[in-house]
Amino acid sequence: MRNLADKTVGVLAVQGDFEQHIRQIKLVGANAREVKLPKDLAGLDALILPGGESTTMTLLIDRFNLREPLANFIRSKPVYGTCAGMILLSKRVLENQAKVQTFGAIDIDVVRNGYGRQLFSSVEEIQISLNGSLSSMAALFIRAPKVVRTGKEVRILAELDKHAVLVSEGKCLASNFHSELEGDTRLLEFFLSNFLPQTDDN
Amino acid sequence: MIDFNDKQHKVKVGLAEMLKGGVIMDVTTPEQAKIAEEAGAAAVMALERVPSDIRADGGVARMADPDIIDGIKQIVTIPVMAKCRIGHISEARVLESMEVDFIDESEVLTPADEKYHVNKWPFKVPFVCGCRNLGEALRRISEGAAMIRTKGEAGTGDVSHAVKHLREINSIMKSLTVMSDEELFGIAKDYRVSIDLVRMVAKTGKLPVPNFAAGGIATPADAALCMELGAEAVFVGSGIFKSNNEAERAKAIVDATTHWKDYTIIANASRGLGEAMKGIQASAIPDEELLQTR
Repeated sequence: MRNLADKTVGVLAVQGDFEQHIRQIKLVGANAREVKLPKDLAGLDALILPGGESTTMTLLIDRFNLREPLANFIRSKPVYGTCAGMILLSKRVLENQAKVQTFGAIDIDVVRNGYGRQLFSSVEEIQISLNGSLSSMAALFIRAPKVVRTGKEVRILAELDKHAVLVSEGKCLASNFHSELEGDTRLLEFFLSNFLPQTDDN
Repeated sequence: MIDFNDKQHKVKVGLAEMLKGGVIMDVTTPEQAKIAEEAGAAAVMALERVPSDIRADGGVARMADPDIIDGIKQIVTIPVMAKCRIGHISEARVLESMEVDFIDESEVLTPADEKYHVNKWPFKVPFVCGCRNLGEALRRISEGAAMIRTKGEAGTGDVSHAVKHLREINSIMKSLTVMSDEELFGIAKDYRVSIDLVRMVAKTGKLPVPNFAAGGIATPADAALCMELGAEAVFVGSGIFKSNNEAERAKAIVDATTHWKDYTIIANASRGLGEAMKGIQASAIPDEELLQTR
């Protein structure tokens, strides 16, 4: 793991499990910052879109004038989305589309709560492929979105029942599950090691 | 059995984690649910009458009509919670069968069991329970609650009791972190909960499940105050739909919860909202009429 002491990672903090992500960022040795307003994006090296309610986040992103600044950030810097964050990064939401406006950074279509309501939330053991090696991970799916289409440019890093659950495209990484709730920092470390531009920091 | 590593329990707490930093609003109709969702609520609580009406009308308050709950589920995409009476296992099972996302075993409704709360471990649906102090919180967590909220004094529009309960829980948790083992055993005995649970709180200074605020929140500044005092999200009952200008007030309370440290935003959110719910001073309510003692 590279030294991250000079890196600052933001977490969209309008609603959701942003504090869990902030804790994880600190655990891996980077600086963390809550992003509630456009000014909070200044100077960030990367951004996390946390889990939470995508309808609520969409409304608050617009209400606090974050739409354009976030879109610009997502075009230029690494972004990692979990659950609601994956929905926000996706190309299309196939249900109740009007309630969510996505950034279209990853060429996937998702169905919100695609596995069902809370009664169908679960913990599953999944196999993830990071840097060419497979390892298993306990993944929490909470009213999770289901990925129903992945574009040609999208890398699928993990699947569950033939649906992608961990994907990346360009500078973006997204999972429809929560490893941050299990105190597992592997995905965050993978994201920061592979998606941050290489600098002369050794 | 208390097992915080139980997969089902993790999934329940997981949803509570997703609601953090948000506002959960009481609604009695699909129209109100829509207003709440459009205002930015993170979830809605379906019930038949808001607490201030329950207080005014008297009588027995029960689980909402399943038609109301279904109507609300159909109109919003955010999680839908519903209340069951304390100890009413069957109301809870009915709500679970209807696939509500969270059950509030609530003192706002008339208790069905004077002695016992529902054993929440066997349920697949998560529960939230109210508390006035750390002992109540830990007993509810022992019974399987996946989220704790303060009781406050519901239906009053007076935030003082939610504040009292938050202060009380936080200050005792803080004192636990410096207690000796002998003292922790004493706490476990007084609270009638396991020493393991008490040790867990003593180690972290926090509850092992999310801790939200409820009871009497009526203004944006009330919501911000609860966040300031350590609440991780807020419930608003009568405060929105018993005020004038409900949509604007709902939005304003969401703004203040997200930006609870940004007083300019709270000031702007508070402008021109019209009158908040009239309310009743909680300290003026005779003890036998308090909902929080249930």
